[in-house]
Amino acid sequence: MSMSRLEEKAKKAADKKAALGTDIDLDTYEAEAEEVGEITELEMLPEAVQTAALSAGVSLAGEASGHYFQVDQSPVHRGSAVEGVEVMDIASALKEHSYLADYFWKLVPIDADKYTADVGMHPPAGYFIRAKPGTKTVFPLKTCLFMGGHNKRQRVHNVVIAEEGSELHIITGCTTPSHAGRGLHLGVSEVYVKRGAHVTFTMVHNWGEEVEVRPRGASLVEAGGSITENYITLTPVKSLQAFPTATLAGEGAVASFSTIMYARRGNIDIGNQTILEAPKTSAESISRVVSTGGEIINRGRMVGKVPDIRAHVECTGLILTEKGRIYSIPELDGWCGGLDMSHEAAVGKISQQELEYLMARGLSPDEATSVIVRGFLDVEIKGLPPDLREEIRNITKLEEIHGGS
Amino acid sequence: MSIGEKQVLKGVDMSVGKGETHALFGPNGCGKTTLLSTIAGIPRYVVERGTITFKGVDITHLSMHERARLGIGIAFQHPPTIRGLKVLDMIKLCNPQADADKILEDLDFTDFADREVNRGFSGGEVKRSEMVQLLAQEPDFVMLDEPDSGVDLENIKVIGRAINILTQKDAKPSMRTKSGVIITHFGHILDYMATDKAHVMIEGTIVCSGSPKEILEQIKANGYEGCAACLCPV
Repeated sequence: MSMSRLEEKAKKAADKKAALGTDIDLDTYEAEAEEVGEITELEMLPEAVQTAALSAGVSLAGEASGHYFQVDQSPVHRGSAVEGVEVMDIASALKEHSYLADYFWKLVPIDADKYTADVGMHPPAGYFIRAKPGTKTVFPLKTCLFMGGHNKRQRVHNVVIAEEGSELHIITGCTTPSHAGRGLHLGVSEVYVKRGAHVTFTMVHNWGEEVEVRPRGASLVEAGGSITENYITLTPVKSLQAFPTATLAGEGAVASFSTIMYARRGNIDIGNQTILEAPKTSAESISRVVSTGGEIINRGRMVGKVPDIRAHVECTGLILTEKGRIYSIPELDGWCGGLDMSHEAAVGKISQQELEYLMARGLSPDEATSVIVRGFLDVEIKGLPPDLREEIRNITKLEEIHGGS
Repeated sequence: MSIGEKQVLKGVDMSVGKGETHALFGPNGCGKTTLLSTIAGIPRYVVERGTITFKGVDITHLSMHERARLGIGIAFQHPPTIRGLKVLDMIKLCNPQADADKILEDLDFTDFADREVNRGFSGGEVKRSEMVQLLAQEPDFVMLDEPDSGVDLENIKVIGRAINILTQKDAKPSMRTKSGVIITHFGHILDYMATDKAHVMIEGTIVCSGSPKEILEQIKANGYEGCAACLCPV
């Protein structure tokens, strides 16, 4: 589809409300952002960006396979440390690689809703990451989407391509400075996992209390490939709605989603769906959500199109305060015989027996609560390199997670 | 002492002296576990009348963790799984100064350091995990609720050894400061540890106290009915 045809579709969807989440009036956010200059060395990143990145799990220390940093609409730094892995900003990549037109807006429809349309109607900014066939990276690619200004609208469009037999581990920290005011983040991510390739895609949201967030993600996994997607939100946000889709298109493809969410306030509608359309594919979606006053809708959806597939959804939630809401929606949609789909869901409080057990060892009720909540959120995420696993564990430690008492 | 509307313990009068270890016998459902839970301070176990005194302090109305910090420890019969909490981290929570490596080695539990507490543990492993935690906590008064149930002979020895450490059986009796109470059904564990006194509880009341050996022989010969009828030879 030509760019002008895409723009046309986007324009038609400019007022199209999203199916899920609270509606946002886009016009209340500034449409244009000031340009921020490029830097040659990562160390030149402003202190505020470095600090915010760190609090979203992206540390400049330690090994990395590559970097991408974006401030508002400006890609300020990017680069690959590994031969066979390309890291570019999407606008340059579109100019350089004509084949990218076959991937751009192919998984996420540009006219899905007014948020995708808004991203589509403006010059693209975001990352393009591609692993050439057989390239296996061990260290994470560290990326950070930083929204600096007040009342800004940040639009991001990322494309990831893992060619046959390659392996990529991407962590994306989405973040604002600690004092940030109002802001809107719109992020489109399209991830292509070719035959036998493996991708882990971890997104850590660390926004301010007045920020609204609408990520739009989709991935396509070919035969023998796998995708692991992790979504972590531990700090307050005004509203967040995301429902990424993974499509398992080739035999034996695997998807696994993990969602870790801690909401003191705000309105959150988060989940994911996997479409299993090839035999011997399997998918798992695990979420652990905690509310201490926030409203969380927690969705996990599996669509089984063919026999001989397996899918499991696990939505567990803890409400630690009198107020707060968790609405767990596991959905299983089987289209034929011979498939195997299951779910378990629970919404409740901390087990009194577990609290007493820890108190018998001398922990105060507050300490015991915090140990239990931290353990609850410490999901064993499969397929992550040890470094990244450690970073994710550090994120849950960074947060001062307390009980509701 | 009541749980909800139901009175469970009636007029229990029992005292464990400094440095003493007592055994508590009784049929299922007689209130043994309830007694230990009441002393530990589980909130829904309400003392209607009487007091619990520890180290000269009235602890009847202290909260659970305050009692633990004062030096009361308990090995639960059926402890819960704590998801996401590793055994090693649990040891540090019990006592940041504890020599975790040594404790784990003593209980042949080193391989479990990185496992989540009680998750997928066998009966014997649960009991060893409880002992590991108590050895870290170093309580002055330890309560053991059936530490030998579901445990094979090899592990009973290990657990007996741990209990002897907890109750300072390596020190001269007059020098011991740590005390304990153990609930056991079969008494196997008593082959590996020393007790100074035994009590029999029936329907929420202590009906008899005396020599552990004599009482255990009587129970083996005549069952708890024998205790109720007081058939011990005089």
